[in-house]
Amino acid sequence: MNQMSKKISSLQERAKRWMMEDDNELDQSIAKSFDELSDHEQQDQHPEIFAKRESEIEAQLHDMREQEEQHYLRMHAWTVNRGSKWLDLIYRTLSILVCAFIVVFLLQTVIALPPFGAADAPYNNEVSQRYIESGVEETGAVNFVAGMILDYRAFDTFGESTVLFVAACSVLLLLKLHDHSPDNPSPTMIEAEFDDRHHEPKNDSILQFAARVLVPIILLLGIYIVLNGHISPGGGFSGGAVMGAGLILYLNAFGFKKTERFFTYKTFRWITFVSLMTYGLLKSYSFFMGANHLPSGIPLGTPGAILSAGLILPLNICVGLVVMCTMYAFYTLFRKGGF
Amino acid sequence: MLFVQNVPFFCIMLCMISGIASAMMPHRLSKWWTVGLCALVAALNAWLLSYLLVSGESYTYMMGHFPAPWGNELRAGILEALLAVCFSVIMLMSVLGGMKKMEQDADPAKFNLIFVMLDLVLACMMAMLYTNDLFTAYVFIEILTIAACSLIITRQIGRTLVAAMRYVIMSLLGSGLLLMAISITYNITGHLLMENIQTSLSALHQTGQYGLPLTVIIGLFFVALGIKSALFPFHTWLPDSYGYATPTGAAVLSSIVSKAYVFLLIKILYRVIGLQIVVENQALNLLFLFGIVGMIMGSLSAIKAPELRRMIAFSSVAQIGYIYAGMGLGTNAGFVAAIYHMIMHSFAKSSLFISASGLYDASGNSKRFSDLRGAGFRYPAAGVSFCVSAMSLVGIPVFGGFVSKLYLSEAAMQRGGVHMWTMLIVLALSTLLNVFYFMKTIITLYRPAREGFIPPPFEKSKLSTCSMWVFAILNLLVGLLAQPIVTAIARGLNMFA
Repeated sequence: MNQMSKKISSLQERAKRWMMEDDNELDQSIAKSFDELSDHEQQDQHPEIFAKRESEIEAQLHDMREQEEQHYLRMHAWTVNRGSKWLDLIYRTLSILVCAFIVVFLLQTVIALPPFGAADAPYNNEVSQRYIESGVEETGAVNFVAGMILDYRAFDTFGESTVLFVAACSVLLLLKLHDHSPDNPSPTMIEAEFDDRHHEPKNDSILQFAARVLVPIILLLGIYIVLNGHISPGGGFSGGAVMGAGLILYLNAFGFKKTERFFTYKTFRWITFVSLMTYGLLKSYSFFMGANHLPSGIPLGTPGAILSAGLILPLNICVGLVVMCTMYAFYTLFRKGGF
Repeated sequence: MLFVQNVPFFCIMLCMISGIASAMMPHRLSKWWTVGLCALVAALNAWLLSYLLVSGESYTYMMGHFPAPWGNELRAGILEALLAVCFSVIMLMSVLGGMKKMEQDADPAKFNLIFVMLDLVLACMMAMLYTNDLFTAYVFIEILTIAACSLIITRQIGRTLVAAMRYVIMSLLGSGLLLMAISITYNITGHLLMENIQTSLSALHQTGQYGLPLTVIIGLFFVALGIKSALFPFHTWLPDSYGYATPTGAAVLSSIVSKAYVFLLIKILYRVIGLQIVVENQALNLLFLFGIVGMIMGSLSAIKAPELRRMIAFSSVAQIGYIYAGMGLGTNAGFVAAIYHMIMHSFAKSSLFISASGLYDASGNSKRFSDLRGAGFRYPAAGVSFCVSAMSLVGIPVFGGFVSKLYLSEAAMQRGGVHMWTMLIVLALSTLLNVFYFMKTIITLYRPAREGFIPPPFEKSKLSTCSMWVFAILNLLVGLLAQPIVTAIARGLNMFA
C-alpha cells in the first residue's frame, strides 16, 4: 500500500516536472538540496551546517560554471582561429570555382548563339518583319520603336511604368520622414535638414551660372524628346530621364527653397497619379475594344505630323512625366528624406 | 466573344488601377477598397472558372488591336482560373486577418502605401497566371519583386530591414538569371509568345541545333525561379523575411507570391520548353533532388527553430520541396499532385501565419515557446485555425495534406524505379518530422500555462477572429473537396499541353 502511494507520488512528481520543463537539472538539484536542508533545519537548528552546505553548493556551482566556460572558450577559440579560417578557405575556393564554371559555361553559350546581326538568325522572322514593314501604317508612328512599345506591346510598357511607380512608392515607404507641420518639425527632420545644409554646399556661383544656362536647355530638350517620341528616336523614357536630370541640376544649384515653389511632395503625387491613371484608362479602353474586335475610333493622322499616331503621343507624355517625377523623387528622398 | 471572357483583362487592369489610385486615397478608403477589390476579383474569377468548366476549352485574349506574336496576349484555362480564385480568396482573408496588426505596425502617414503594394501584388498574380507571353511575365515579376520587398519593410524594425536586404539581393539575382534565360530563348527562337517558342524549340530539338543554349535555358529557368520560390539551397532569404514581416505580409509572401513563381515554372515547362524535352534532358532530376533534400532539411530546420513564426517559415521550405519533388517526377500525375499540394499549402500557410499572430497576442508577444502554453484556450479561434492547418500540413486524413501526399506517392509508384523509392522513403520521413514539430506546438497550445506566467490582457479584433474561423473552414474544404479540385487540375493541365 505504502509502496503504491510512493509510486503514485513519484509519477505525479514526474508529470509535474514534465509540465515545468523549463527548469534545468542543475537548478532542480540545488532546489532539492535546499529542501533537504530545510528539513534538517527543522530537526536541528545548526547554523554551521547550513553555512557549510551552502558554501559546498556554491563551490559546486562555481566549478560547473567554470568548466562550462572553459569548454565554451576552447570551442570559441577553435572556431575563431582554425575553424573560421577553414571555412573561409573552403568558401572562397568554392565560390571561385562556381563563378569560373558559370562564366565558362555562359561564354560557351554565347559562342553557340547565332552571330549578332546575321541575316539568317532566328529573330529575323515574321514578327520583326511586320513591325518594320507595316508598323508605320498600322500605328501611325514613324519611329516604329515607339509604335512597338506603345501600341503593339503597350501592356508591357504599362507594366514598366508601374515598376517605376512601385519603386518610388517603396522608397517613400522606406525613407520619407514624417510630415509634420513646418512650424513644428520633428527632431529627425531637423537633423536631416542640418545634414543637408552641412553636406550640400549652396550658392556656388559657378554651378548657379551653369545651371541658369543649362537647365532651360535641358528641360526643353527633354520636352522635345518626349513630344517627338513618335516621329524621331526618343520617347517617354529617355525624355523623362533628361527632364529629371534637369530638375536635379536645378535643385543642386539653387536648393530646396527654390524648387519648393513649383515642385513639392503634393505635385509629385498628383503628377504620377494623373499620368499613370491616364495611361491605364486610355489603354484599358483600347485593349477592351481591340480584344472584342471593335473599332477604337482613335484617328491615326498622317504619319510624321506632330499630332499623329493615335494614343502614342499622350502615352509618351504620361511615361515621360512618370519617369521625371520618379527620378527627382529618388534624388530628394535619398538626399534628405523629403521634398 | 462572350463577355465573361474579358475577366482576365478586367482583373489585371482593375488591380493595377486600384494600386495607382490607392496612393492618393485616405487611409480608411484605401483599406476597404483593397478588401473590396480582392472580393471582386475572386468573384469574377469564380465566374470565369464556372464558364470554363462548362465550356471545357481554353481561349486566348488579345490585349489590343494586334494578334498574338505582334501584340500581347492572355490565355485562360481551368487551371489558371482555379488558382486565381484560390489566390484572391487567400489574399482577401490574409488582409482581413492581419488588418489590425498592419495598423499597429505601420506608420500611419504611409498606411495607404501598403495597400498600393497589396493591390499591385494581386495584379502581378493575375498577370503571371494569365499571361501567354514570356516577357510580360518578366515585367510583372519585376513589379512583384519590389512590391514583395516593400511588404517586408512595412514593419520597420532592424530585422525586417536586414531581411528585406537579403530578399532584394537574392530576388534580383533570380530576376537577372530569368532575364538571361528569356533573352537566350529569344535569340534562338525569335519569339516571346509561349506557343511559338515551343514550336521552334521542338524543331530545334529534333535537328539538334543549339543544343548547349537549350540546356542552359532550362538550367537558368530552374535556378531563377527556384531562387524566387525558395527552393532548398536558395532558401536563405526566407526565414527572416517571413518571420519578421507583418502577419499579412508573411501570409501573402509565403502562400501566394512564392506559388506564383512555381506556377510560372510549370507553365514554362509545359508551354514554353515542352515537357518532352525537359524530361529527355535529365534536368528534372536535379529539381527532384533539390526538392527531396529540401523536404528533409526544411523540416529539420523547423524543428530547430527557436520561435513559432520562424518554425512556420522553415516549414515552407519543406513544403516547397514537396512541390518540386512532385514536379521532378516528370509525369502528369506528379504535376497534378504538385499543384494540389500548392493549393493546399497556400491555404494552410496563410492560415498558420495569421493564427500565429493571434496566438502571440494571447501570450503577450513573448518569443518563448513555453509562454504559448494555453494560448489555444485564451484565443480559441486562433487555436482551432492553427490546429486545422497544422494537421492539414502534417497529412491527417480528411485534411488536404493527406490527399496531396497520397497523390504524390501514387505518382511516384507510377513512375517506379529509384524515384519511387526515394520519394516514398523521404515522404514518410518528412511526414514524421512534420508531426514532430507541429504536434509539439499543438500540445503546447493546449497545455495549462506555465506557473507564474500571467498572460497580459489583450484585445481580440473581430475581423481577425472571423478570418481565422473562415481559414479553418477553408482548410477543411480543401481537404473535403479534394476530388473535384484534382479533377479540375487534371483537366487544366490537359489544356496546357
